[in-house]
Amino acid sequence: MKEHKIVVIGGGPAGMAAALAAYEAGVKDVVILDREERLGGILPQCIHNGFGLHKLGQELTGPEYAEYYAEKIRKTDIKVYTGTMVTSLTEDRVITASNEKGILQIRAGAVILAMGCRERSRGALGLCGTRPAGIYTAGTAQKLLNCHGLLVGKRVVILGSGDIGLIMARRMTLQGAKVEAVCEVMPYSGGLQRNLVQCLEDFDIPLYLSTTVVKIEGRERLEGVVLAEVDENRRPISGTERSISCDTLLISCGLIPENELARMANITLDPVTGGALVDEMRQTDAEGIFACGNVLHVHDLVDFVSDEGEVAGLAAAEYVLGEAQSKVAVPTVSGNGVRYVLPQRICDQEREIPLYFRVSQPRRNVNLIIKQGDSVLKKVKRIKVSPGEMEKVVLPAGCLRKGKGEIKVEVEV
Amino acid sequence: MNYDVIVVGAGVIGGMLARELSRYQLSLCLLEKENDVARGASAANSGIIHGGYDPESGTLKAQLNTCGVSLLYRAAKELKVPHRNNGSMVCAFGAEEEEQIRILYDRGVENGIWGLRILTGAEVRAMEPSLSENVTLALWVPTAGIISPYELNLAAVGNAMDNGAHLKCNFRVSKIEPNKEGFLVTSADGETVQGRFLVNCAGAFSDEIASLAGDDFFRICPRAGEYLLLDQEVGAMVSHTIFRVPTKAGKGILVTPTADGNLLLGPTADQVKSPFDTQTTAQGLEKVKKEALSMVPSIPLSKVITSFTGVRASTSSGDFIIQSSARVEGLLHLAAIDSPGLTCCVSIARRAVRELEQMGLCLDKKEKWIATREDPRAFQDLSIQEKNAWIQRDPSYGRIVCRCEKISEGEILNAIRQNPPARDLDGVKRRTRSGMGRCQGGFCAPHVMRLLGAELEIPQEEVTKSGGGSVMIKGRIG
Repeated sequence: MKEHKIVVIGGGPAGMAAALAAYEAGVKDVVILDREERLGGILPQCIHNGFGLHKLGQELTGPEYAEYYAEKIRKTDIKVYTGTMVTSLTEDRVITASNEKGILQIRAGAVILAMGCRERSRGALGLCGTRPAGIYTAGTAQKLLNCHGLLVGKRVVILGSGDIGLIMARRMTLQGAKVEAVCEVMPYSGGLQRNLVQCLEDFDIPLYLSTTVVKIEGRERLEGVVLAEVDENRRPISGTERSISCDTLLISCGLIPENELARMANITLDPVTGGALVDEMRQTDAEGIFACGNVLHVHDLVDFVSDEGEVAGLAAAEYVLGEAQSKVAVPTVSGNGVRYVLPQRICDQEREIPLYFRVSQPRRNVNLIIKQGDSVLKKVKRIKVSPGEMEKVVLPAGCLRKGKGEIKVEVEV
Repeated sequence: MNYDVIVVGAGVIGGMLARELSRYQLSLCLLEKENDVARGASAANSGIIHGGYDPESGTLKAQLNTCGVSLLYRAAKELKVPHRNNGSMVCAFGAEEEEQIRILYDRGVENGIWGLRILTGAEVRAMEPSLSENVTLALWVPTAGIISPYELNLAAVGNAMDNGAHLKCNFRVSKIEPNKEGFLVTSADGETVQGRFLVNCAGAFSDEIASLAGDDFFRICPRAGEYLLLDQEVGAMVSHTIFRVPTKAGKGILVTPTADGNLLLGPTADQVKSPFDTQTTAQGLEKVKKEALSMVPSIPLSKVITSFTGVRASTSSGDFIIQSSARVEGLLHLAAIDSPGLTCCVSIARRAVRELEQMGLCLDKKEKWIATREDPRAFQDLSIQEKNAWIQRDPSYGRIVCRCEKISEGEILNAIRQNPPARDLDGVKRRTRSGMGRCQGGFCAPHVMRLLGAELEIPQEEVTKSGGGSVMIKGRIG
């Protein structure tokens, strides 16, 4: 069995940032394991721009953003194993992986989980009807188009208005396909505002809110779908059905953190985020195992993913260098109007703590309030909040009071 | 060439018959209308090895179920098909259903089923703790089990092929002409096959085949059953197969682990117009959920990874049709094989072989007959050292293609090269489980499509999900 100080599982934006941060903090024995043939995770297939505005101050495409970090990694002694799939992880940080040279076993001083997420499938959505060819998740269609040059269809309906679906509506249109409709079961879109404008409005692609697919038709290849409006409980309203002919249905209905390895290592997961419960250093409840990026909670901007990777990388370095101290944790909780808060607990109450959270419904002119007990730690005004856009509020260093209990984040209307 | 026997339909019945016939010095041809075997009811069913308490005593179903269970366990072992003798329990809710349990017990004893017991609610919950508090009495069936139905089908056909049988896929029978030497069978594409005996194993289409041969005496009334399949993460939440008391429409909705380690709920039982009516419906799936929760209230429905519908080849009479044609010499029907058809596939095949012998088929045993097949999971069961040695010989076994089920490129290539060869994405999925996991092929499909294109030497435009017009892509860029 090999031994390494820090092993990063996944070489996407989170894993690359984490590995670099750990390396720069003084741990030279860092390894990245990645299942793909090259670093970058999902970025190589995201050929649109908009990456890096916050983090790098420039607007890059996905491959460019990935290359920025990959290039930095090449300049270090960080070891990268591509084409290497991790098949198991234990609580005491033994990793088993497979590549074309054989089965690899590594005992790691610290592990950083950065495996990303997967797309919710047709089956998980419970869509009724037949099972023909032509039903893809938006990301799979994106990979086939942008990495393999294959166009999955010519007449397209997109279910779900998540960002990948919106991006693919534009991409397929530019490629000559006709996007008949994007439908969204919720009364608001789950995507970024800028994508709604740039991908749908600019191309006159209709977005139907409170609408879903109730039936899939076609025996061999998809021939059409039946749409219906839904009520406030997301149940189809009978009488509102209408058929649309199409050869392709793209599904963009949410992303699920890929936490099979975390489960193997008995790490406790948050039922709301689907990722591990972590402290502000992104350490899970398994000592020495950290998590960052979309495996922890689904982000909408890669810039925040990289930030989180840096936090986890630095923390893993502190851990293996013996600088980390265990402290009493204060939990964070979601109050009124908030779906989840990350980190779920705060150990080091002396540092500045950025809190990331998502609201549970779109609102205008609200205050975001962070409280500990009865005392308000911070209050921030927002003109507009939406579940599709992650909120970040930074708690200044030293504002937390010992023994005053949990920290609550809420939306005040 | 003039085949000794032509088998129409390469489902589990046709496949198992071909395997049984391949023990003898016979030339065999299996005709399948689809792009692959295991595409009809043989792929989409509950995968249960039924104990045999349910069929009315004296019926073919009762006889063949009783002797079929141990024959199937043996074939599954020989063919290395995932299966488990987990036992089943039929649950009664209240006095009226308790009476039914006693009737089933008596019928089972009359059918010659071993080991049946009637358990109280408390006793049965001690065995299966997640069962509802409302279960008052249960029939315990220790001989029952679970098996992977499509893998059994694939293995039976593959083994028959390893023993010399021919398989012709995409052969949709359009004409059957009796002649001096037997039958001339013509496909919709104009291909012909000549054979001395013809066995109709066409499942939900067996009435069509019978009438093409001029022997129109039964009607298949296709009955659809909808299912929900859950993630392997919750596959172990029950260890036994759990039924409610059966009704006239069937054995009712069950909750069971599958031989592949998932949790399966279903089926409904609804008369449909055509065997092609394999859509799922909101009402059907609601019913499955409701009934399943009545037995096991803690089923996490958020873990559903897919739903599907199977169409059973039922008839109004209710029993299997296993008989030689009264009108057409050399024609044998194995028809109306609905539940417990999977359990009975070996006993039905054995019965058919005897029937064919009586019809004049000469049965001379082969000197060398291969009873087993290469285990498709051989690689997965190896130790790390053994895997390393294997990967050194063939690096493709180190490249994981399906991350949910951890299936390597080597295993996928093997599925495309073995008997019967996978020719489309669904074929690869059923042979390897690649694409069957929680992402449902989202990640591995592009890679599997590339492998299929390269192995079959076809462009990506011709790679299909399940043959015919089910193409995966509609164009290229650049």
